[in-house]
Amino acid sequence: MIELTIDGIKARVEEGTTVLEAAKSLGIIIPTLCYYPGLSTYGECRVCMVEVKGKKSSLEASCTMPVESGLEIITNSSRVKKARKLVVELLISSCPKSKKLQDLASMMAINKVRFRIKEKNCILCGRCIRYCKEQMQSGGIGFVGRGTARRVGTAFGAMPAECRHCGGCEWVCPVCELACNANNLVDGLCGGCQNLALVETCEICVKCSEAVGPRGHKAY
Amino acid sequence: MKRLKSVGELEKLRKKIISKSERGQKRIVTSAGTCGIARGAIEVAQAISKELRKKGLDREVSLKVTGCQGFCEIEPMVVIYPERILYQRVSAEDIPEIIAQSIMDNQLVERLLYTDPATGKKIAHEPDLTFFKKQTRHLLDSNRMIDPYNIDDYLALGGYSALAKALSRMKPKEIIDEVKNSGLRGRGGAGFPTGKKWESCRVAPSYDGIRYVICNADEGDPGAFMDRSVLEGNPHSIIEGMIIGAFAISSHTGYVYVRNEYPLAVQNLGIALDQARKYGLLGQNILGSGFDFDIHISRGGGAFICGESTALVASLEGKMGEPRPKHIHTVVQGLNGRPTNLNNVETWANVPLIINNGAKWYSKIGTEHSKGTKIFSLVGKINNTGLVEVPMGISLREIVYDIGGGIPNGKKFKAVQTGGPSGGCLPEKLLDLPVDFDRLSEVGSMMGSGGMIVMDEDTCMVDVAKYFIKFLTEESCGKCVPCREGLDRMLDLLTDITEGKARPGDVELLEELGTMIRETSLCALGRTSANPVLSTINYFRDEYDAHIKDKRCPARVCKGLITFSVIKENCNGCTRCAKVCPQAAVKGEKKKAHKINQELCIKCGLCRDACKFEAILVS
Repeated sequence: MIELTIDGIKARVEEGTTVLEAAKSLGIIIPTLCYYPGLSTYGECRVCMVEVKGKKSSLEASCTMPVESGLEIITNSSRVKKARKLVVELLISSCPKSKKLQDLASMMAINKVRFRIKEKNCILCGRCIRYCKEQMQSGGIGFVGRGTARRVGTAFGAMPAECRHCGGCEWVCPVCELACNANNLVDGLCGGCQNLALVETCEICVKCSEAVGPRGHKAY
Repeated sequence: MKRLKSVGELEKLRKKIISKSERGQKRIVTSAGTCGIARGAIEVAQAISKELRKKGLDREVSLKVTGCQGFCEIEPMVVIYPERILYQRVSAEDIPEIIAQSIMDNQLVERLLYTDPATGKKIAHEPDLTFFKKQTRHLLDSNRMIDPYNIDDYLALGGYSALAKALSRMKPKEIIDEVKNSGLRGRGGAGFPTGKKWESCRVAPSYDGIRYVICNADEGDPGAFMDRSVLEGNPHSIIEGMIIGAFAISSHTGYVYVRNEYPLAVQNLGIALDQARKYGLLGQNILGSGFDFDIHISRGGGAFICGESTALVASLEGKMGEPRPKHIHTVVQGLNGRPTNLNNVETWANVPLIINNGAKWYSKIGTEHSKGTKIFSLVGKINNTGLVEVPMGISLREIVYDIGGGIPNGKKFKAVQTGGPSGGCLPEKLLDLPVDFDRLSEVGSMMGSGGMIVMDEDTCMVDVAKYFIKFLTEESCGKCVPCREGLDRMLDLLTDITEGKARPGDVELLEELGTMIRETSLCALGRTSANPVLSTINYFRDEYDAHIKDKRCPARVCKGLITFSVIKENCNGCTRCAKVCPQAAVKGEKKKAHKINQELCIKCGLCRDACKFEAILVS
């Protein structure tokens, strides 16, 4: 068993557990996009970033980071929140119609998208690919291309013989669900449950990252 | 070629080769690395061969065609031994004169001698050139004496003696200690202590005992070609280093992952491996030691990201070249899940030096935390373009002015960019900075693999930042959001700035994006990708402000912000500019002042290059 500290709380978990899972066991929710329980971790979205006390050079993705004895993790420092906020802002600018992303934006009090909206409609999280390969044991889809030209595709653009039409790829996709105001976005944001006024709703703030509904919360 | 079955046989062969070689006899050496070939080195070599035969001299005078010797500015070069008379920028037509004057007679062909830009004097002998004198060419010097198609040349210089020593007189742990004590740090960019890496790989458990050694020859930094010339000109130095490393780590299979855009390097390495195998220096029971090891070449597919160690391993395995988080290091679980030791070309080439001369000798060169020499590719607005090998700790000023010969055309120095797309631009006030791993990182740049691009007053620093970000957006693997999307948006912002479409607050947004990309990216390409932008904002903020607030490019580079016009007083109507203009935008009668039509002008600058009366103004 490995002992580590997350947000000041001691956790005791088995070796091989990730920091994300260890935090979950303490009731600390770290927002994620490309993580899906049961599928292998990928570390693509960079939303689940956490700060490792003593490490100044960069943050770490909690979904891929294995626990280590004595580790001190902070999930909600201003450095972490700033980074997460900008990552989600970038994601919205490339995939604005997604309900999941608009919800994340409202939770993080993102009130402005400062980048050109380029509707790519995919965040390249790879959940569909991992679902097809690992859960359905098919592997009919995969990543194709590099950089901004990277997309999810099939071998030679043809319908894969392995596809059993299970629909799992669409089901597991975090951005397939359209935001309710998807066609009426204002500068990239749906404005449905906008967190424009920060209201303290919890009597004692334990500084979790959980959204507590449209009335907002203090954490971001 | 007979297979060598022991260290003793190797030494006997070496003695035989040395005694056979024509020492003291006249020899012509010309370099034909990729750079030389591009400038006609093959034609020069063929002309030499032809002329020697024509004059009946081909038995007494030998010709050696080597790889790149490092002074690319003056290629093709021809050096006459034993005096080492150096002729620069030689063409095939010059050869009969050279042979007549310097081989058949003892005269110099004055017009082909190198002129020192500082003194204006002509220098006849290669070792007297400041470019070479001020360097410490422990690695590169051999390139002038080796024909890469002949392993015997390498043997004549003492090649494979380090291997003989390691296999017959040292234990693996001793070898690792020697490399650790030398202080050698990886030359690929990260600067990780090599000995420590070897040790971790050796002790990492492998369920079937398989371990791999890899040479990272995917040199991708724009402007960097140090590894190319070692691969082309002295491939055996790398092979020897790898065999020693493999012996120390207990690995029996090695790979050289070389970028496919280096066809000559791939070819020369292949020939070298073949010849090493024929001599029994690779394969089973090397030199009778009982140690088996062989090396395979794997070619890259044209992705800069595959120079990153985890992406390289993925590519070697046949997967998409994308990095993975390094919580479990490659030395523990790398290629095919086995412990893998990956080092850069230059790192491997340093190993035989360390084994032959000892850690103590090696650690005397360099600074406290950066030992040894480093090869830099000095390019850009510099008089002496080429490869310079210098001890760590030398100042940037010495490299740029003493060895590099300063800035051409009397222009003023503006910045030097080190470390490729992961590095930063350093201004004049930092010229006295000693070059070593830590000092460069402290000021917002990094050593990287050794690229050094010199920039002058005509370089726009915003344009430079835009160039590097564009390179990175094209080369990013696209796996993680901050690098893929973040760099794309940084490019949008920088493009707007260079086109005069920027808004106030754009620089702050660039800084915010840059910091986030550094904090959240998955791999080192992403983490360091913001360096060119952040360092130029730090040291050249005034240029950004000029572009944004005044819609002006101070260096007069950004096409959207400059105008080409004719200075009436200087123009005498010679029509040269009108003739070269691709858009027919320059109009005027003969002998009368011309005029540029702004609607047609595409700011290509051909008119300015053609005008001999300085009548074209760029404002």
